[in-house]
Amino acid sequence: MNNLLSIVTFLPMFGAVVLMFFLRGDDEMAVRNAKLLAMFTTLATFVASLIILIKFDPSNTGFQMVEEAKWLGGLNYKLGVDGISILFVMLTTFFMPIVIGSTWAVDHRVKEYMIAFLLLETLMIGVFVALDLVLFYVFFEAGLIPMFLIIGIWGGKDRIYAAFKFFLYTLLGSLLMLLAMIYMWYDAGTTDIVRLLDHQFASDTISVLGFGVVGGVQTLLWLAFFASFAVKLPMWPFHTWLPDAHVQAPTAGSIVLAAILIKMGGYGFLRFSLPMFPIASDLMQNFVFFLSVAAIILTSLIALAQEDMKKLIAYSSVAHMGFVTMGIFAFNQQGLDGGIFQMISHGIVAGALFMIVGVIYDRMHTREIAAFGGLAIRMPKYALIFMLFTMANVGLPGLSGFVGEFLTLAALFKVNTWAAFGATTGVILSAAYALWLYRRVMFGDLVKESLKGIKDMDLREKLLFAPLVVLTLLLGLYPAVVLDITGPSVEALLQNFNNAVGVVETVAEVTSH
Amino acid sequence: MLSNDISVILPELMLVVYAMAALMVGVYSRKQDAISNLILWTTVVVLAVAGFWIGLSPEGTSTAFNEAFINDGFARFSKVTLLWGAAAILALSREYLAKNKLLKYEYPLLITLSVVGMMMMVSAGDLMALYLGLELQSLALYVIASFRRDSLRSTEAGLKYFVLGALSSGLLLYGASLVYGFAGTTVFSGIYTVVEGEGLSLGLLFGLVFLVTGMAFKVSAVPFHMWTPDVYEGSPTPVTGLFATAPKMAAAAMIARVLFDAFGEVISDWQQILVFLSLGSMYLGSVAAIGQTNIKRLMAYSSIGHMGFALMGLAAGTEQGVQALLIYMAIYVTMNVGVFAFILNMERDGQAVTDIASLGLYSKVAPARAFALAVLMFSLAGIPPLVGFFGKFYALTAAIDAGLFWLAVAGAFASVIGAFYYLRIVFYMYFGKETAPLTGAMPTLHWVFLGGASGAMVLGVVNLFGVETIAGLAAATLLN
Repeated sequence: MNNLLSIVTFLPMFGAVVLMFFLRGDDEMAVRNAKLLAMFTTLATFVASLIILIKFDPSNTGFQMVEEAKWLGGLNYKLGVDGISILFVMLTTFFMPIVIGSTWAVDHRVKEYMIAFLLLETLMIGVFVALDLVLFYVFFEAGLIPMFLIIGIWGGKDRIYAAFKFFLYTLLGSLLMLLAMIYMWYDAGTTDIVRLLDHQFASDTISVLGFGVVGGVQTLLWLAFFASFAVKLPMWPFHTWLPDAHVQAPTAGSIVLAAILIKMGGYGFLRFSLPMFPIASDLMQNFVFFLSVAAIILTSLIALAQEDMKKLIAYSSVAHMGFVTMGIFAFNQQGLDGGIFQMISHGIVAGALFMIVGVIYDRMHTREIAAFGGLAIRMPKYALIFMLFTMANVGLPGLSGFVGEFLTLAALFKVNTWAAFGATTGVILSAAYALWLYRRVMFGDLVKESLKGIKDMDLREKLLFAPLVVLTLLLGLYPAVVLDITGPSVEALLQNFNNAVGVVETVAEVTSH
Repeated sequence: MLSNDISVILPELMLVVYAMAALMVGVYSRKQDAISNLILWTTVVVLAVAGFWIGLSPEGTSTAFNEAFINDGFARFSKVTLLWGAAAILALSREYLAKNKLLKYEYPLLITLSVVGMMMMVSAGDLMALYLGLELQSLALYVIASFRRDSLRSTEAGLKYFVLGALSSGLLLYGASLVYGFAGTTVFSGIYTVVEGEGLSLGLLFGLVFLVTGMAFKVSAVPFHMWTPDVYEGSPTPVTGLFATAPKMAAAAMIARVLFDAFGEVISDWQQILVFLSLGSMYLGSVAAIGQTNIKRLMAYSSIGHMGFALMGLAAGTEQGVQALLIYMAIYVTMNVGVFAFILNMERDGQAVTDIASLGLYSKVAPARAFALAVLMFSLAGIPPLVGFFGKFYALTAAIDAGLFWLAVAGAFASVIGAFYYLRIVFYMYFGKETAPLTGAMPTLHWVFLGGASGAMVLGVVNLFGVETIAGLAAATLLN
C-alpha cells in the first residue's frame, strides 16, 4: 500500500460524502446514524494513521511514504511525512474521534455538523502531509470554510462577529503567504517542498520604496509567511480573533481550534520559515523573542482578569504558543524539540480543558466563572480530571506540559538570558490564573441553588477523557516517545539551517537532551 | 478566395441565417406563444451546437477578408465560452420570461444576433470589423435591456446603457480614426508592423488610449463602470444574467486581441493603463458591494471586481497572462451561470425578490439549494479548494511573474475585502434571522445548472477539467 497517506487524508472526506448523499431524514435514527458513521470514520482514520506510525522510520530524516502525481500545470500532488509532520498527523487523527464523541449533546443540524468536522479533518491532515506549496495552501485555506460554518451555525450569541473576524483575519494573512509562494515558484521554478528545501533564496539587501531591506528577498518572503502563521498560531499582537472565536465556537469547535488548527502556524514555521529562509529567520530572531515573551506575560495577565472560562483558556493558549515560537526561534535542538513537544502537549491539554468546560456548559449552559463554585462536592471525578489538566497546563513536572516549557526555556536561556527571564515569569503567572480558576469553580461551599442537582461525569465523558489522561501522563513521564521521533528530523533541519547561516555549533551541544 | 473566406466565417454565417429564418417564422406565425417557446429552445440548441462545432473544429489559424476576421485558438476558446454561457442563460430565462409575459420570439433572436456580434469581436483582425461586431452586439443588448417595455426601470436601464454605450463607441471610433490616421491602416497586423518599425508615435498613443477607454466601458472596468449597477438592476433578471456572462467574455477577449495583435510590440505603453483599470476595478468592486442589499446590484459590483482580476492577467502582458485571463473568464462565466440560475428563482408568492435579506435562514427552507449557492459564493470569493481560487491564483501568478508585485499585493487585499460580501450571503442563508421564506420552486433545469456549476467548482480542483491546458494553447496562438 503505497498510497496510505492519501487514504488517511481522504478517508474522512469520503465519510462526509457518504453522509451528505446517502443519509436521509431528520428523525432520531438518522441523527444517531450520522453520529455513529462520523465516529466510525474518524476511528478508522486513526487506525489507518497508526499503520503510518508503525511503518515510519524515525532514523530516516527525509520524507517517507512519498506519493507524487501531476496536478495542474507545474504543480504536483505530492504527499509525505517526516519526523516533524507525522506527530501532527497523529495528533489530528487521535483527536477527531474524541471531538466527535464530545458532540453527542448537539441536537440541531447534526448531520451537517458531522460533515463539517469530517471535511475539516481531511483538510487538517492534508496541511501536515502536503509536500507541494500550492497543495499546502489549498488545504490550509480550505479549512476556513468548515470552521466558519461551525462557528457561525452552531456557535454562541455573538457567533456572527466571531465567525467573520476569524475568517477575514486569517484570510488576509494567508493571501500574503500565497503571494510569497507564487514568488517562490517563480524564483525556484518548482512548488515541490522537498526541492525548495534545497533552494537558496537571495538574501542580498534590496531596496523597497527607498528602504533598504536587510536579508532582501528572504526577509520579504519570511514576513509574508509570518503574516499567515503569526495570525494562525496566534502570536501576540495578532491573537485578537482567537478569544472571540473560542468563546463563540461550540465545544467541539473550540477543541479542534485549540488542539489542531492553531498548531498549523507552528508547523508552518518549522516547515517553511526556518529551513527555507534561514538568514531571514536568523535576522528576525529577537523580534520573535520579543513577541513571544510579550505574549507569555501579557496574555497571562489578561487571562487573570477573565470572567468567562473559555476566554481564560483561550488567552492561556496564546501564552503557551509563545513558548512554542520562542523555542523554535532559539535554533537549537532543545528549542525545536521543545517547541514541537509543547505543541503536541498543548493540543492534548487545551483540548481537554475545553472539553472540561464543555462538560459543565452542557449541564448549566453558562461558562461564567462566577456562576460556579464548590463543584468538587457534587462532582469528585470531574474535580480529579480538571485538577490533572490544570496541573498539566501549569506545567507540573510529571505531566506533559512541563517537558515542553522546560525544554524551550532551557533552549532560550542559552541564546538570550533576558528573554528567558521574562518568559519564566509566565510560568508563575500561568500557575496563578489556572489555579485561581480551579479554586473559584471547584472549591468553596456549594451555595448556588442551581448547582445542587448537578451530576458528575457519565460513562461517555469518562471514556472520552481516558485516552487524554493516559497520554498526558505518558508524555510527562516518558517524553522520549515524542522526542525520539522528532529528534533526527530536527537535527537534520538544524544542520541545514546552520550551514546556511554559517554558524557552527558543536554536535555535543546540539544533542544534549 | 471568397469561398475560402466564407468557410472561415461559416459558424457566424449560419447563426445569422438562422436568426433571419427564425425571425420570418416568428413574424408569420399565428400562434405566438407556442412559436416563441419553440424558437427559444431551438436557439438554445443552435447556440450550444455552434459551441460544440467551434470547439471541435480543427486547430490552426485561418484568416478571412484580408485579415479582417481571424479564426485562431484564442478566438475559438472565447467563442465556445460565450456561446455556452449565452445558451445556458437563455435556457434559464424561459421560466422568468413566461411568468412575466415577456416570452416573445424576438428575445432569443436578439440574443443570437448579439452573440454573432460577440463572435465577431473576438475574431476581429481589423478595427472596422471590430467596430461592426461591437455595435451588432451592443445594439441587440440595448434592446433586450429594455425588453420589459412597461417597466420604468427596465426602459431606464436600456436608455442608460444606450447613451453610455454610444459614448464609449464614440471614443472607440475616435481612437480608431487616430490609429488609422497615424498608422495608415486599420488591419491589426499592419498596425503591428508600423509600431514595430517606427515606434509608437504620439498620435498612435492617443489612439491607443481612446481605444482602450472605449473597450474598458464594455468590460465595465473602473472608471468606466458607472452604467453597470443601474443597468444590472433595471434589466429583467435573465438579461442581467446575460450581461454578466457572455458579453464580458467577448469584451475581455477583444481587449486582449487589440492590445496584443496590434500593439503587442509596446506592452509597456499600455501596461500602466491596464494596471490602473485592474486596480480600480478590484477595489471598487469589493468596497462598493459591501453596502448593497439588492442581489442584482451586488452581482454588478461583483462583476466589476472580477473583471479587475481578469485584467490583472492582461496587465502582465505575457502569454501566461492571457492564459490566466481565459481561465479566469471561463470560471467566472460558469460561476455566474450558477448564481443566476438561483437568482432567477428568488421569489415570494409569485413576486420576484432581489433583497438579499430575504435569504434569511434559507438553508432551512431548501438545504440543497442553499448549499449549492454557498459553494458558489465561496468560489466567487476565491477560497480554495473551489475553482474560483484557481482563477485568482493564475491571475496573481501571471502578475508576479511579470514583476507586477504591487498589483498582486493590492489584488490580494482587495479579495479579502471582497470576501466579506460573499460571506454575507452565506451568513444570511446559514446564520441569519428567519424571514418569510422564499417560495419559488426551482425547475429541474435550473437546479441542474445551479448544482452543476457548484459541483464543477468542487470537482474542478482535480484538473480544472483540462481548461488550463486548452487556455494555454489558446493563449499561445494569440501571441505567436
